[in-house]
Amino acid sequence: MSERGADRVTDPAKKPATATATAADSADAIVAIPLRHPWRNVIAVVLLLGLAVFLLDAAQRPDYGWADVGKYIFDRRISQAAWVTLWLTIYAMVGAIVIGLLLAIMRLSPNPVLKSIAWLYIWIFRGTPVYVQLVFWGIVSLIYPVFTFGIPFTTPWATIPNGIFTNLFITAVIGLGLNEAAYMSEIVRAGLLSVDEGQAEASTALAMSWGQTMRYVVVPQAMKIIIPPTGNEVISMLKTTSLVAAIPLSVDLYGVSRGISAVTFTPVPLLIVASLWYLLFTSVLMVGQHFIEKRFSRGTGRLKAEKGAGTPGTTSTPTPAPTSGPAAPGGPGVARTPGAPLGNDFGGKG
Amino acid sequence: MTGVPMVLAEKVSKNFGSNRVLRGISLQVDPGEVLCMVGPSGSGKSTFLRCINHLERVDGGRLSVNGQLVGYRQKGDKLYELKLKEAAFQRQDIGMVFQRFNLFPHLTAVENITLAPMRVKKQSRTAATARAMELLERVGLEDKGDAYPTRLSGGQQQRVAIARALAMDPKLMLFDEPTSALDPELVGEVLDVMKGLAKSGMTMIVVTHEMGFAREVADTLVFMDEGVVVEAGPPRQVLSDPQHDRTKAFLSKVL
Repeated sequence: MSERGADRVTDPAKKPATATATAADSADAIVAIPLRHPWRNVIAVVLLLGLAVFLLDAAQRPDYGWADVGKYIFDRRISQAAWVTLWLTIYAMVGAIVIGLLLAIMRLSPNPVLKSIAWLYIWIFRGTPVYVQLVFWGIVSLIYPVFTFGIPFTTPWATIPNGIFTNLFITAVIGLGLNEAAYMSEIVRAGLLSVDEGQAEASTALAMSWGQTMRYVVVPQAMKIIIPPTGNEVISMLKTTSLVAAIPLSVDLYGVSRGISAVTFTPVPLLIVASLWYLLFTSVLMVGQHFIEKRFSRGTGRLKAEKGAGTPGTTSTPTPAPTSGPAAPGGPGVARTPGAPLGNDFGGKG
Repeated sequence: MTGVPMVLAEKVSKNFGSNRVLRGISLQVDPGEVLCMVGPSGSGKSTFLRCINHLERVDGGRLSVNGQLVGYRQKGDKLYELKLKEAAFQRQDIGMVFQRFNLFPHLTAVENITLAPMRVKKQSRTAATARAMELLERVGLEDKGDAYPTRLSGGQQQRVAIARALAMDPKLMLFDEPTSALDPELVGEVLDVMKGLAKSGMTMIVVTHEMGFAREVADTLVFMDEGVVVEAGPPRQVLSDPQHDRTKAFLSKVL
């Protein structure tokens, strides 16, 4: 993507002085009046005015209950619920990534049995709504009150009560994780397929086993393709956890804020409180994703160019870089607008 | 030197579906010998090379490396397919260099070279790295150890790929059109490394279009067409006095 384009967007009111100052440095540089964009300024002013009106109005409207927002934002119940949401996300995603990896490998394996199982799994879990699945997992303990082991139609060897699905937190992790695994497997599969066949071949020719080839050659390269959409999935999962109300589990962030507002009759401030916590988590995840992406783009040339600048800090500095001058290799033109390389659309599917 | 040939192919055949790519290849490569294979594209040269280290399965005939059947084990008069692990073990003695280099782009030159020795032969990082630097010096790239493949020219990449194959201390080196993907001015540096390797006594099978290299380095030149060996012999003889019409037709186009 064009760095210059990104910078121009962040800095619409660029002063022509920058251009002339840089132009003085090199004899052949073109001195010209930069193209004006008057409509950008007009639209920006109109939108800012509209936003100001909305904010002023909202600040005075009693329904927003700003005092309550301040009161509950660091409420112990809320922060504990935020932890529950966070751990739900982490457990569900870890499970989804492991199962997704397995499913992806099964789908790519030459074994037709494994292939069909993986296909069937994805068909079911991607083809039904996650809300419906969560409701189902919530009543599994009623359908299967006990687990029995033994040969069918004979006296069972052992019967143990179904303790898994009576624990609603574990049920929620299972429900969310199994659903997400179907999506993760498609992401992993796309990543594994994106690695050139010659890579596995070269690795095989070096006497490396299939497992070593996967682990040291194919998967590290597939990561580059897998990481960005996985980051999106984590962000999406964090928000999907609010659906565990279907189980019904009500100790997560959304459940607790609803619970409090049911007592205090102040729904809006508690929705705002929950939203602020969700936003905090997604923002932290976005930053984390940025650094993981950088780590896994080794050897693609992009990272080396940044390293060449000798200023690793520039990549995350929010100061708009002067772009009017000739972009020297490794110059400030390398700097990115924060968040730009993430390419997140916050796409959800819940 | 033992009397066992490094590579012995007897009527080797290979099909891709109904397409018969190899139709009975018989040839022998002795230890220390350099064999060059030429022929039009689609003649089965690369497939034969890939059969030698079992990247492709042989469908018919017998193919053995250093006295060992490739990809199969004989018990009585029955053949059993090797397990993946056993096939991998056989490949330890065979290095391969690809047309498109196939360096691992997420690893530096040194890491490319040390990966297999460390993971397959369980060498220590220090030992493997020392050996890698030695090999990089041998291919003239001692200052490029920390470079990622994308920062290297095609010729440099191919030389790293040769060093990577040599790091496993192979007894046999296979080259699959090693200079075909290179810019003309970079071909020489790779051929020089290969010449040095040949001089050091390495057994080599080289699929190539470089007739000059074949003439200078090869002990035997094999001309293949449509899955069969049409003609084989000392390169000077094959190149200057081809016996077969198909050889003549091919050479008149490339020389």
